[in-house]
Amino acid sequence: MATAIEKCVHCGFCLAACPTYSLLGEEMDSPRGRIYLMKNVLEDKLAAEDAQPYIDRCLGCMACVPACPSGVEYGDLLVSYRALQEAERRRPPLDAMARNLVISTLPYPKRFRLAAQAGKLGKALSGALPLPFASMLNLLPDQLPASRPMPPVLPAQGERRGVVALLPGCVQQALAPEINFAAAQVLAANGVEVHNPPDAGCCGSILLHVGAEQQAQEIARRNFIAIPADIDAIITTAAGCGSGIKDYELLFKGQPDAERAIAFSRKVMDFSAYLSTVGMRAPAGFASERRVVYQDACHLLHAQSLHSEPRNLLNQIPNLRLLPIADAGQCCGSAGTYNIDQPALAAELGRRKVESILAVQPDLVVSGNIGCIAQLRQQLQSQPKPPPVMHIAELLWKAYTGSD
Amino acid sequence: MNRAFFAALESIYPPQRLLTRDVELLPYESDALTAFSAKPGAVVLPVNEAEIVDTVRLCHDHAVPFVARGSGTSLSGGSLPIPEGLTIGLNRLNRIKKLDPQQRIAVVEPGVINLSISEAAQPYGLYYAPDPSSQSICTIGGNIAFNSGGAHCLKYGMTSNHVLGMKVVLADGTVTKFGSESVEGVGIGPDLIGLFVGSEGLFGIALEITVRLMPQPEVYRTVLAAYDDLGRAGDAVSMVVASGLLPGAMEIMDRLAIEAAEASVKAGYPDAEALLIVELEGESIQVNTEFERLQGIIQQSGAFELRVAESEAERTRIWKGRKGAFSAVGRLSPDYIVQDGVVPRSRLGEALLAINALKVKYGLEVANVFHAGDGNLHPLILYDGRAVGALEKAEALAGEILALCINLGGSITGEHGVGMEKRDYLPAMFSEEEIDIMQALRRSIDPREIANRGKMFPGGEAPALKLQGLHPLEKAGVISRE
Repeated sequence: MATAIEKCVHCGFCLAACPTYSLLGEEMDSPRGRIYLMKNVLEDKLAAEDAQPYIDRCLGCMACVPACPSGVEYGDLLVSYRALQEAERRRPPLDAMARNLVISTLPYPKRFRLAAQAGKLGKALSGALPLPFASMLNLLPDQLPASRPMPPVLPAQGERRGVVALLPGCVQQALAPEINFAAAQVLAANGVEVHNPPDAGCCGSILLHVGAEQQAQEIARRNFIAIPADIDAIITTAAGCGSGIKDYELLFKGQPDAERAIAFSRKVMDFSAYLSTVGMRAPAGFASERRVVYQDACHLLHAQSLHSEPRNLLNQIPNLRLLPIADAGQCCGSAGTYNIDQPALAAELGRRKVESILAVQPDLVVSGNIGCIAQLRQQLQSQPKPPPVMHIAELLWKAYTGSD
Repeated sequence: MNRAFFAALESIYPPQRLLTRDVELLPYESDALTAFSAKPGAVVLPVNEAEIVDTVRLCHDHAVPFVARGSGTSLSGGSLPIPEGLTIGLNRLNRIKKLDPQQRIAVVEPGVINLSISEAAQPYGLYYAPDPSSQSICTIGGNIAFNSGGAHCLKYGMTSNHVLGMKVVLADGTVTKFGSESVEGVGIGPDLIGLFVGSEGLFGIALEITVRLMPQPEVYRTVLAAYDDLGRAGDAVSMVVASGLLPGAMEIMDRLAIEAAEASVKAGYPDAEALLIVELEGESIQVNTEFERLQGIIQQSGAFELRVAESEAERTRIWKGRKGAFSAVGRLSPDYIVQDGVVPRSRLGEALLAINALKVKYGLEVANVFHAGDGNLHPLILYDGRAVGALEKAEALAGEILALCINLGGSITGEHGVGMEKRDYLPAMFSEEEIDIMQALRRSIDPREIANRGKMFPGGEAPALKLQGLHPLEKAGVISRE
C-alpha cells in the first residue's frame, strides 16, 4: 500500500478520468484525494470513519489507472484498504443487513434464485423499503428466465482450434443464462471446444470488491478444483470476473496455494479477447443495417485494456454499423454492487450514459458485462422506444444464426 | 477567520459547498507541488459568478486572505492554501458560455478545462492553441494566473497571446472588464489583459474569459530524432532556429525521461541518450518543403536515427509520453523537484553541459524534459526524501540551476510561475526597483494584500516545508518498500 501511495505525485491527471469527481466536483471524491485520505488514515492523522464515505463512493471503475502517468496501482490500493477497513468497520444495522444479503446471496446462484423469487413479492412493497433494499429489488427482472443447462463439453465445429473452460459466474447464471449459452455456441462455431465444469461457479470478485477477503478466497478455491488444468484458457463473459481474477495474486499473497491461484489467473481471458486471438470465422451477418453502440465495461476497458478487441469483432459482422458515443470511457454507474450501495450517484451516471447513447440513435446496444446491461436496461426503461441491450456474445450468436 | 466572517459565508453557501471538516480540507492541502502543504481555514465551492464576487468582497471586508484554485495542478505551489485563509475552488464553474466559429472566439468560465475548449471547437475545425502538459485537467483560470505555456507555444505564444477579453473581480471587490471580443484587440492605453495574465492570482479572480480560437493545421508531421549525446540534441535546436524554420513544437527528453515516459505509455521511443521531437504543422505543401529542410539539418546535427510518426495514433502516443513525462518520473524516484528555468536557446547545449556537471557535483540524478524551442528547461531533480538532508541537497542543486539560467541571460521561470517555490529567487532576477514597482501595483489593486497572500514576493508568512522522511508505518515496521 505504501508503494502505491508514494507513487502518487499529486499531479491531478486522474481527475479528468474520475466519474465521481465529474459528478461531485470536490477533491475528496477524486482518486488523488482518496489516496491522500487513505494515507492520512494509515498514518493515524484522520479517523477511518471520516474518510469512509468518500472511499465508499469510489466506483472502483479503474478509469484513473490508465490515466495515471506515475503508474499508481490504485486498484490494488483500494482493494487492500477496503479489506483492512472492513475488518474494523461497524455499519448501521440496515446497511449491514443489505451488505450481508449481498454477500450471502449474489455469489451463490441457487440461493440467489430463491432470494430473487422472494424479492418479487417484495417488489410490490419496494416504495416502503429503505433505499438500499429498494434499489436491490429494482435490479431484479419481473421474472427470472428459465435456467439453460449446458452439456459438460460442447464440441468444436470444423477444425479444432482451441479448448477452453467457460466460467459460469454467479448472478449472471440466474439473471441471464442466455449469455453463457450464446458465448459457448459462438466459440464452438469458431472451432473451440467448450468445457462447462458442473462444479465451477463464482470467482469471488464481488466479495473482494466489498472487502470480504476471506470469503472471496474460499469461493475462488472451488474453481481451482472444478476447472481442469489442461485447457488453453478460462473464459469469462463478465468484466468484473476477468479483472477480479487478475487480482488473485494479491488476494492469495502469502497463502499456501498462491502459486495455483496465479497459474489459474494467467489462464483467464475475456470472451472478446479470446475470440480476437483465435480469429473469428466470418458470420452471416444481418439482412439490413444494424446501428450498434458498444458500451465499454470499465473492467474490460480500464482494468483489462480491452478497447479494440470487441470493436474489431463487431466490425467483422456484415451490415453492422458501430457508432462511437461521447465519453465512452465513463462508467455507467453499475460498478459491481454500486447501484445497490450508492443508488443516487449510480442513477445519475446511468442517466448520462443513456443520454450519450440515445444521441446517436442506435438500433441496439451491446456490452461485455451483465452489470452494465442491467443498469442500461433499467435506465432506458422510461424511454418511449428503448433500444434492446444485450451481451456481445448474444449479438454475435445472432449474426451467426442469421436470426434477428 | 472570525465568527462574523464565517456566518456570512454560511449565508452564501449551503453546507455541502462550504467545507470545514478535516476530512474535507486535507485533500486541498497541496496542489501538484507536494513539497508544500497548508491547511486552509475553509474551502468554498461556488457555482456562479455572483457567489465568487460576494465571497471576494466578504474577504476584503474582513481582511481574510484567499486563493483561487482550479484543478490544483500548479507546479510552483501557486494554489497552495493560505493557512487559515479561504480557498475558493472554481472547478464547478465549467461552462463554455459561447463558441462563435465565425468570429473564432469562445467565452468561458474560469473552471473550464483547457482541453475542453479544443474539444468543443473541434467540429468547426478550430482549436485553442496553448497546450500545457496538464491540458487534460488544468483550468483556464489557472492558465490565466500563470500565463501558461506548453509545447506548441513556440509557434503560437503563451496564454496572454490568446486572451482577448475578460471580466474579473479585483481583490477589493471591484468587478470590471478588460479587452473585448475583437480579435484585433483594443490597442489603446496600457495592456490590462497583459497585466492580469500571469499575475499569479495577486490581483483577483477571472470570472469570464474570451479566448481566441485558431484553425486546425491541415497536416502535422511529427519527427523523432535520436542522439547519443544530450548536448548535441540541444545544438540541433539552435541549428533549426538559425535555419529560419519555425516548427509548431521542439521538445527534448533525455535518457531518464525517455525511460520513464516509455514505461508509462509505451510510445516506442528509440533507445537514446537524448530525443528531439520536432513537429511541423500547416498546409501540406509547406510542411513537405519544411520537412525536407528539417531532414537535412537533423542529419547534419549528428542524429543516429530519424523517425516520423506514421499515423495520428502514433503522434498521439508520442505526445502522451512527452506530456505525462513529469509524473512518469514518479516511477523512477520516490521524490523529485521539477525545475522550470529559461536560457537563450542559442545557449541550450552549454546549459545542458553545465547541468550535467552539477549533477555529478551533487551526486544526484537529473532527468531533462523540456520545451527546447523556447529554451525552457525542465530539469527534474530526483532524490530520496527518506535520506537525511536529501531534500536540502536537491534544493541546493535546483538553486544552482536557476543561477545558471540567470547568468546565461535567461529567467527563473518559463511557465510554472514563481508561486511559493521561487519566491526567494525573485531578487536574483529583478532589481529592488522592479520589485517595488510590482508591489506598488499590487497594493493599488489589493490594498489589504488578501489575494494569494504569501506568494511570488519574497518573505511574508509562508507555510513551512513539509517534513520528509520515513513513513510512520515504516518506522513502526508495519510496511516496507520492495
